[in-house]
Formats: sequence, structure tokens, C-alpha cells
Amino acid sequence: MVELITDYLDGALARSQRRRFEAHIGDCEHCSEYLEQMRTTIRLSGSLRAEDLTPEMAAAFTAIYRRWQLDGG
Amino acid sequence: MTTLGLLLAIVVPRPSRRPAVSAADAQDRELLRQLRAGDERAYVALVTRHHSAMLHLARSFVPSEAVAEEVVQDTWVAVLRGLERFEGRSSLKTWLLRILVNRARSTGVHEQRSVAVADAGAAVDASRFDAGGAWMSPPQHWIEDTDERLLAEGLAEDIRRGLEQLPGRQRDVVMLRDVDGLSGEEVCDALDISEANQRVLLHRGRSRLRQNLELRLGTGT
Repeated sequence: MVELITDYLDGALARSQRRRFEAHIGDCEHCSEYLEQMRTTIRLSGSLRAEDLTPEMAAAFTAIYRRWQLDGG
Repeated sequence: MTTLGLLLAIVVPRPSRRPAVSAADAQDRELLRQLRAGDERAYVALVTRHHSAMLHLARSFVPSEAVAEEVVQDTWVAVLRGLERFEGRSSLKTWLLRILVNRARSTGVHEQRSVAVADAGAAVDASRFDAGGAWMSPPQHWIEDTDERLLAEGLAEDIRRGLEQLPGRQRDVVMLRDVDGLSGEEVCDALDISEANQRVLLHRGRSRLRQNLELRLGTGT
């Protein structure tokens, strides 16, 4: 069951499998807890700050644009 | 094919394979339109929107952060030169990421990273189940409002470290899917892996991160 969670969350289970999965989750508090923990894990990853542009990188990108414009872009 | 099947195949229109333009892609396309009209701010906005995913993806091909940054810069040079070539058949993001992958491959220093999933163990240690597959050592309930409390306790750093320590391809997939919010399809396309493989890698990576959290919270066994 725990091995099917990502397939389930991605909507990749066949309909019959999905029904069995949901029936089991509805019955089994441990698997249901486990599913919740996987969801929490995913949410926490999503809350990590994505990589910000450093000022140096931002300046480099602007330079790329201006050079391109000078070249007749 | 049965007669009925044949009939259905003729009568029922197939759903279009072209996905509807998402809200994010619609914004990207608007920015592209402004960029084509010569608006530097639109360019900066596009660079900023996609920077994290591009950097993570670049890093999955090359050995160092510095080279990854160069790859992202090269990509924007190529994008600007090829601005008129985007025809809108894919999302703008998919188009950007494809250019990036080509640039990364052509640096010639790409890391050989196996797509094999041999390093993958079970999501949960087998000893936690009995012979019949029932939980013997079930997961303990994580308290409510976990997210805020956990993040307040500085767990974000742990998660980031946990991510960095995942085996190569698992890390790439989890980063791109869960941190940068790419779809499964976008990740398969960018990393050139099958959907099934992508999901296995994602599942292994997420399972390990969950296990880290469990250990950290002291409720694991």
C-alpha cells in the first residue's frame, strides 16, 4: 500500500486499483496516517525557498540582454 | 476491434493532445510577447520566474554550481537568439527547459548519472510489517498544525539537507517536482526518463524524506 502512494497522488493508478486503494485507506488508520505524512512531507518540500537570483546572477542576465540588444536582437 | 469499438472510435472525438494553456503558461506567454516587443523588464521577470527550476535542472547535468550557472546563462543567450522560434506547441517553460538540457549536454562535462533505481530500498522498512503485510510498528500521529510548528523549529534546513543527500536522480526529481513545482510530464521531458521511472524516483525520494522527518520527530521506531 505505501508503495502505491506516489502513483495514487499522481493519478497514475488504474480505476480499479484506485478504488481498492481508497477503500483500504478509509479502513486503515495507519495507512491513512502514513498518507497524511507523505502529504506533509511534500508540502514541506514545497515550502522551501526556491533558489533566489543572486545580485551577481541578476547583473549577468541583464548584461546578456543588453549585449543581445546591441547585436541587433 | 469490435463493431462497437470501431463506431466509438469514429464518432467520439479524441480529446486534443495539446494541453490547455495553464495560468502560469499564459503569464509566461504574455511576458514573452512583451519581451519580443523589447521590454527588458519582461525578460527579467521571465528569468526570475524560472531561475530556480533551471538552476536545479542544470545542476543535475553538470558537476558544479558554477558550471550550472553558466549553463543557465548560455540558455538565456540561446533563448534570446531564438525568440521568434517559439511556436507555442509546448508550454514556454518546457521550451526553455529543452534548450537548457541541450546546452547542458553540449558542455561535454556532464556527470554520468545513472537512472537505475538499484539504490532504492523499500519506502518503509519491511520489519515494520508482519508476514501478512499488516503494520506492526505503525507510523505515529504527527501533531496537528505540523507545518508551521515544524518550520518554526528550523526543520526547513533539515529538509534541504535531506534533499541534498538523496541519491542523484532521486534528488533531481524531488527538487524539480516538489520544490520547483514542475509537472511529472515536464520532468520526464527534461530528464528524458519514462513516466514510470520518474514516479519510482519521486516515490523513493519522498519516502526517504518522510522517514527523515519521522526520525527527527522522534516518533519512528
